[in-house]
Amino acid sequence: MSTVPTVADRVTDLVRALRTHGVRIGTGESVDAARAVAELGLDNREHLREGLASALLHDQGQRAVFDPVFELYFPRGIGAPGRPGDGFDRDELRERLAEALAANDRAALAGLAAEAVDGLGGYGSTPGSDGYSAHQTLDRLRPQTLLARVMAGSGSAASGAFTDRIAADEVRARIEDFRELVRAEARRRVAERRGTDEIARRMAVRTADRADFLYAGKAQLAELRRAVHPLARKLATRLAARRRRAARGHIDLRRTLRGSLSTGGVPMRPVLRRRRPARPELVLLCDVSGSVAGFANFTMLLVQALHDQFSKVRVFAFVNRIDEVTGLLEHGTADPDGLGARITAEAAITGWHGSSDYGTALGEFVERYEAAVGPRTTVFVLGDARNNQQNPNVPSLRRIARTARRTYWLNPEPTSLWDTGDSAAGVYGDVVPMYECRNARQLSALVGRLLPV
Amino acid sequence: MFASVDDVTARLAETGYLASPAVATTVFLAARLGKPLLVEGPAGVGKTELAKAVAAITDARLVRLQCYEGVDESRALYEWNHAKQLLRITAGRDETWDRTRSDIFSEEYLLTRPLLTSIRGTDPKVLLVDEMDKADVEVEGLLLEVLSDFQVTVPELGTITAERRPFVVLTSNASRELSEALRRRCLFLHIDFPDAELERRIVALKVPGLDAVLAESLVRVVGALRAMDLRKAPSVAETVDWARTLLALGADRLDEEVVRQSLGVVLKHQEDVRTAAAKLDLDAV
Repeated sequence: MSTVPTVADRVTDLVRALRTHGVRIGTGESVDAARAVAELGLDNREHLREGLASALLHDQGQRAVFDPVFELYFPRGIGAPGRPGDGFDRDELRERLAEALAANDRAALAGLAAEAVDGLGGYGSTPGSDGYSAHQTLDRLRPQTLLARVMAGSGSAASGAFTDRIAADEVRARIEDFRELVRAEARRRVAERRGTDEIARRMAVRTADRADFLYAGKAQLAELRRAVHPLARKLATRLAARRRRAARGHIDLRRTLRGSLSTGGVPMRPVLRRRRPARPELVLLCDVSGSVAGFANFTMLLVQALHDQFSKVRVFAFVNRIDEVTGLLEHGTADPDGLGARITAEAAITGWHGSSDYGTALGEFVERYEAAVGPRTTVFVLGDARNNQQNPNVPSLRRIARTARRTYWLNPEPTSLWDTGDSAAGVYGDVVPMYECRNARQLSALVGRLLPV
Repeated sequence: MFASVDDVTARLAETGYLASPAVATTVFLAARLGKPLLVEGPAGVGKTELAKAVAAITDARLVRLQCYEGVDESRALYEWNHAKQLLRITAGRDETWDRTRSDIFSEEYLLTRPLLTSIRGTDPKVLLVDEMDKADVEVEGLLLEVLSDFQVTVPELGTITAERRPFVVLTSNASRELSEALRRRCLFLHIDFPDAELERRIVALKVPGLDAVLAESLVRVVGALRAMDLRKAPSVAETVDWARTLLALGADRLDEEVVRQSLGVVLKHQEDVRTAAAKLDLDAV
C-alpha cells in the first residue's frame, strides 16, 4: 500500500466489507458513519468503534461481524511494541501472561497478544509466502494450560471464600478472551501484508443466523439457542397474520356458481369458503445423530417455542431406532443446552450400532406410531438423508406422506452435496418435497412458508 | 450540548448514571447528529434510566410515551378536546356557522400528547418512547414522521415543525422485531450487562454502606449467574437489590448460607434458583 487511505476511504471500505458479510447498510448510514467519525475524531479508538457501530448497525447480532472487520480497517498502532526477535523467551511470556490473567488486566493482555504473535506466530521466510498464524501462536503458547497457575497466583484459591467456586470459570473466560485477542492480532498483521480488503473478504465471520448448522461451533450453537425465543415470536406473529388473512377466506367456486343460477349465471354474490377453525397438528421426525444434531436440536426447540400455534405437537428422535421425545422437550425449556444429552440418555434411539439408518427408523415409526399422523397433520423430517448404505425403505415414507396432510423434508446439507456418497436425498426427495435448510435464516423462512395455517 | 464524549461521561456520572464508553459515545453522537437513539438490551440494564439521566444533565423536560398494545394516534400524537368543542358550540348559539367552525379547530382545543408535546415550544426536551416493541406495528408509522423530520401533521392545522429538536430515546426489549424503516432513522445502541468493574462502581455508588470486598464477590457471583443459562438473568437493578439485602442482613462475607438465603432476591424463577444452586454447589435448597 503506497498511499495512506483517507478517513472517507476507510469508512467506505469498511461499509463494503460489512456488506459482503451480509450486513445491510444504506448510503444514509454510510454518511452518518462519516459524520460520526468527523465528530469523534480518530484519537480514541474505543469511541470511534462504538460510534461507527451505532451508525452502521441495526441489531446486536451484527456486532460479531462488525468487531473483527473494524479491527482490520482501523488497526491499533502498526507493529508491536519492541521486537524480541530471536531471543524470544516463551516461558517468560507465559509467566507474564499468567500474571496478567490473574490481575484481569485487559490492556496488558492485548500487549501480550501482540508480543506472542510477533514471537511465536511468524512462519515462512521469503516475502510473499511468509505470514502470521494465530493457530501456531496458540499452539506454542498453550494459554489454556495456565489455568491452575493463574488460580494459584490470584491468591483466592486457598481463601475458602464462596467465590472460589466460580473462580475457575472466570479464568477460563479470560483465557478465551486472550485467544480471541491473539486471533485478531494475527489477522491484523496478515492484513498489513496482504491488503485489508483481501483478508476482510476471506474472513470467516458470520452472523449467527447465517452460520451453517453442520459446521457451527459450540458458541454459535449456544447463540442460536438463545435466538430461539425471539425467532419463535417473530414467526408466531407472521403465522397469526397469515391466519387472520386466511380467515377472510377464498372464493368457493362451486357455491358461487350454484348461487349464480338465480341471476342467470352471472355471479352477483361471491360466496366465501368457510374455514374450519381447527389448528394444525405437527409431527417432527428428527435425526439426532452426531453430524446433524445441532440442526435437529435447534429446530425442535423452535417448534417447541411455537407450540401454542398448534393444537398438538409430537416430536420423535431417531438415529437408527425411533422414540418419542415430546415429554423431554416440554420440561427441557429451561435447559436447552442439555437437550441433546438428555435425548441420548433417556430415549431409545440407537439399536445395535451408532450410525443413522433412516430406513429402519421410518419403518419403526410406521409400525409403532402411525396413529400420530392423520389428515390434519403436517410432518417434517429433519436430517441429511445419509443412510450409511442401508435400505432407504421408501415405502414407509410414502405411507407417512399419504396419511399426512403435508410432508416436508428439511436437509441441512447444501444442495450440491445431495446424492453424493451415502446420501439418499434424491430417493426421498422424489416422495416428499425436500428443502435445503442450512442456517437459521433459511429455517425461519421455510417454517414461515411451509407451516400450515 | 456536549463538548466531548468524556464530557458526557462526566456529566452523566454526576447524576448517578455510570456510563460505559459505548453509552457515552452514542449519546454524544445522537446529540451532535440530531438523530434519535434506539436503545436495546435485556431488562434492567438502565435503558429508561439513560433517558432520565440525559434529561437531568441537559436541564430538559422529559416527555414520556409509554407504549403498550393498543396505543394509538390519540394517545401518542394529539387529540381534539371534544367536550370543550361542544361547550364552545353551545355557548355561541347565535354566531354564524363560519365563525364557529373555524374556531373549534384551533390550538385552544388541541390536547397535545407526548409526540406533539415534544416538538412544540422552545424549551429543551427529551422524548422517551419507552418499550417501543410493545406497541403495534402501525404506531411505528406515526413515529417515522416525528423521527426523521421532527414534525407532526394535524390535518386541521397543518404541519407543525419543531423549533427546537428534542433529544429522542427509544427503548426496546426486542420482544417484537422493529421495522427496518424505524431502525434506519436511529442510531443504535445495545446496552448489555456492565462489565465487572463498572458494576462494582454502580454498586458502590448506589449502596455506599457495603463493604468493598463483599461488593466485589457479589458482582462476581452475579457475573457467574449471568453466564448460566437461566430463564431470566439477574439485571443491574437486582444486583443493587442484592447488595441492599446483604447490607440489611448485616452479612460481612458471602458464604453458602447467605447466598442460599438471599438467592431469591436476584433470581425470579424457581427453576433458575434450582439450576444456580446446583451449579454453585449449594447443598440443599
